[in-house]
Amino acid sequence: MSFEPKILGILCNWCSYTGADLAGTARMKYPANMMSVRVMCSGRVDPGFILDAFKCGADGVLICGCHPGDCHYVEGNYKCMRRIPLTALVLKGLGIDPARLRLEWVSASEGGRFQEVVTEFTEQIRALGPLKLQEWKFDPVNPSGDKVTTQTEAVR
Amino acid sequence: MAKVNITIDGHKVQVEDGSYILQAASELGIKIPTLCYYAHMTPYAACRICAVEARDSKGWSKIVTACNYPAWEGLQIVTDTPRVLNARRINLEMLLSRCKPVPVLQDLMNQLGVTEPRWGIGEDTCIKCGLCVRICDEVVGAHALSFSNRGINREVSTPFHLESDDCILCGACATYCPTGHIKMTDIEGRILHSELNLGPNSAIRISFRQAIPNVPRIHTNQCIHTKTGGCKICEKVCQKDAINFKDKDVIEEFDIGAVVVATGFQDFDPTPMKQFGYGKYANVLSAIEFEQMNNAASPTGGKIVMENGEEPRSIAMLHCIGSRDDNYHKYCSRVCCMYALKFAHLAVEKTKADIYQCYIDMRAFGKGYEEFYHRLLEEGVQVIRGKGAEIVPSPKARQKEGALLLKCEDTLISKYREIPVDMVVLCTALEAHSNASAFGRKLSISTGADGWFIEAHPKLAPVSTTTDGIYLAGVCQGPKDIPDTVAQGGAAAGQVLKLLGQGELYLDAAYAVIDEELCSGCKICNGMCPYTAISFNELKKVSEVNAALCKACGTCVAACPSGAITARHFTDEQIFAQIEGILQ
Repeated sequence: MSFEPKILGILCNWCSYTGADLAGTARMKYPANMMSVRVMCSGRVDPGFILDAFKCGADGVLICGCHPGDCHYVEGNYKCMRRIPLTALVLKGLGIDPARLRLEWVSASEGGRFQEVVTEFTEQIRALGPLKLQEWKFDPVNPSGDKVTTQTEAVR
Repeated sequence: MAKVNITIDGHKVQVEDGSYILQAASELGIKIPTLCYYAHMTPYAACRICAVEARDSKGWSKIVTACNYPAWEGLQIVTDTPRVLNARRINLEMLLSRCKPVPVLQDLMNQLGVTEPRWGIGEDTCIKCGLCVRICDEVVGAHALSFSNRGINREVSTPFHLESDDCILCGACATYCPTGHIKMTDIEGRILHSELNLGPNSAIRISFRQAIPNVPRIHTNQCIHTKTGGCKICEKVCQKDAINFKDKDVIEEFDIGAVVVATGFQDFDPTPMKQFGYGKYANVLSAIEFEQMNNAASPTGGKIVMENGEEPRSIAMLHCIGSRDDNYHKYCSRVCCMYALKFAHLAVEKTKADIYQCYIDMRAFGKGYEEFYHRLLEEGVQVIRGKGAEIVPSPKARQKEGALLLKCEDTLISKYREIPVDMVVLCTALEAHSNASAFGRKLSISTGADGWFIEAHPKLAPVSTTTDGIYLAGVCQGPKDIPDTVAQGGAAAGQVLKLLGQGELYLDAAYAVIDEELCSGCKICNGMCPYTAISFNELKKVSEVNAALCKACGTCVAACPSGAITARHFTDEQIFAQIEGILQ
C-alpha cells in the first residue's frame, strides 16, 4: 500500500478558507490528505499549533493566508510571514525537514490555485515519506546524545 | 508727496510730483502705445514707441518718452500731433530694421501707417525691450536673465548661454515677452502651447468653475512668491487687499461616529504607452482633456478643435488604454465604452468629422446603454473591433486626409487597417489613487491588488468595510459609472444613519480578552494590533483590549509570550483539540 501522508492545513477565514470553499463549489478535486482548521487570520497561527501538529503525527503542515496587502485584518499575514521562517528554523533544530512546512497565499477568488497548492504539497510530502521524529535524551556527559529513531507513536 | 498740475491732451489733472506721464495718461483713459512698459517694473524707455510731446507755457517743447518722463508743475503733454506720430513711426521703423513684423509690431504698423520701413526688415524677433530681464530681476527675483554684449551684438541670455541654475522655470519671461521671442520648451524640445492646457494655469486661480467656495486660491507649488519671495503682483493689483500669502492648511479635529470613504480615482496617465504618442503629438488627447474641451465653459467654448484651432476632419477614439491590459491594469474600467460612445455622439453633433471607435468588446451594460450604442451606429459612427495598435504621423501621401495615422486590426473582417485621422482620444482607465493604500492604513481598511478598497463582502456587504463605521461609496471601491456610484453613496448614507440611529453598537461575540493575572505588561501585543484596540493600562501595568475595536484576528494571541490573551471562539484549547482530533 502506498504511503498516504497526513497533512494539516491552517486556513485563514477570509481568503484561503473561502478559496477552499470556492474550489469545492467549483467541483475542483484536491487530495483528501489535507484536513483544514479554520482560524480568523494567518496572524493567529501560533508556532505551537505547527509543533503540536507534528507531534500528533502530521507529515506536513500547510498555512494559507491572504496575499500580502490583501489581509482582511490589514497586516496579520505579514506577522505570519515573519513567524513561519522562524518556526522552520525550530523544526530544523528538531530534526524535521523544513520542507514539511509551507506558507502559501491563496485569495478568496483563487479556488484553482488552492487546488494546485494542495495537490503539489501533498505530492511533495508523499515524496518525503512519513515523518520520523528523533527522540532526544539530554545527557550532560554526552551532549550530542544517543539518537533513537522511533515512529511518532513512540513519542506520544 | 507734493501734487503738481499737468495737462494731457487738454485734460487738466493733478498727479504726484515726479510720477510718470504714461501712468497719468492711462488713468485718464488716454492710450499711449508702448512695448516695454509694465506697471510693476521700473520704466526702461527701450522701445521709445510711447513718444509724446512735452511743452511748457513759454513755448518750449520736446519729444520725450512717456513711460519715464516725470511730471512737473505746468507740464503740458500732447500725444497725437504729427510730430509725435512721426517720432513713433521712425522709432518703429528702427525696431523693424532688426526685427520681423511679429503680431505686436504688425499692429503698430497698421496703427501708425508704416507700410514699407525705410531701413528694411530684420530677421530677429527680439526688440531688446528688456521686459524679460526686468521681470526676472525685479518681480520674480530669480536674476536668471541679463543683457550681454554691447551695441548691435546686445542680446538677452542666461550667463554664458548655459542653463541657469537660478531659473525657477516660472515662465514669467515668456509670458511678458511682447514679441514671442522667448518660448517655454520641455526637455524633449517640444514647445509647450499654453492653449493646449485646457484649464486655468496661473498660480492663483479658481480651481474650476463651480468650485465652492468660488474664490481664487494660490497654488504654492507654482507661485513665484513662495519660490523666491518676490513677485506679489496679485497683492498689488487686488484692490480689496484679499491676498493672504501666509494662509496655511489648518488641522481641525472632529468627533465623528462614521466615515464614508468616497475618494474616487485618478486618471491613468497614458504617457508610458509610447505607441499612442500621448504628449508627443499635440492632437492626441486623453479622455478627460477631451471632456474638458467639450465643456461649454472650456477655453474653446465647448468647440471640438485641434491645436491649430481648426475643426478635426476625423477623430479616432481608442478604448481600453491602460485597462484590460496585462502590462498595466487587468481589470475592465467599466465606464470607458459608454463615455467613448458619449464622446462620439458629441462629436457627431458638433462637427462633421468621421468618428472611429477601436474597441475590444463593446460593453453597453446598463439600462438604455445598448440602445444608445445602436443609435450611434445609425448616426454613422464607425466601430472597429480590435484595439488600436499605434499612432504615427501620416505618410506624405495621406497627409491631406489626416495628420496622424491610426494602425489597428479589424478582427471582424480579419484585416489590418491604417486610418488617417486628425485627432485621437485615448479612453484611459480609471485607476486607484496612488496613495490609496497609505490612506487605507490610516482608516484600517485594506486595498486589493488593484489598489481599490476592499468591501466587507462582495455580495452581502458591498458598502461596508472590515472596520465598523467606515463605509465605501463610489469608484474608490472599484470602477463604476455615475448611477452605480449614486446608488452606492445612498446605501452608504443609509448604513451610516442605521448605525447612528440605533444608538448602540452590536459587537461580534468573538474578540480577544487579556487575563490580567497572566499579563506581564511587556506591550508586545500593543504594537501588533492593526486596529489599535490594545492599550496599556499604566495603573495596573497590564495591557487591555477594547472589545469595541477588536476584530478577533488573533494576531496578538499568537504573539503573547505569556499566553495571557485568549481569542474567544478561537481559543488555543479549541484549536489544539481540532488539530489533535484531525490527526488521530
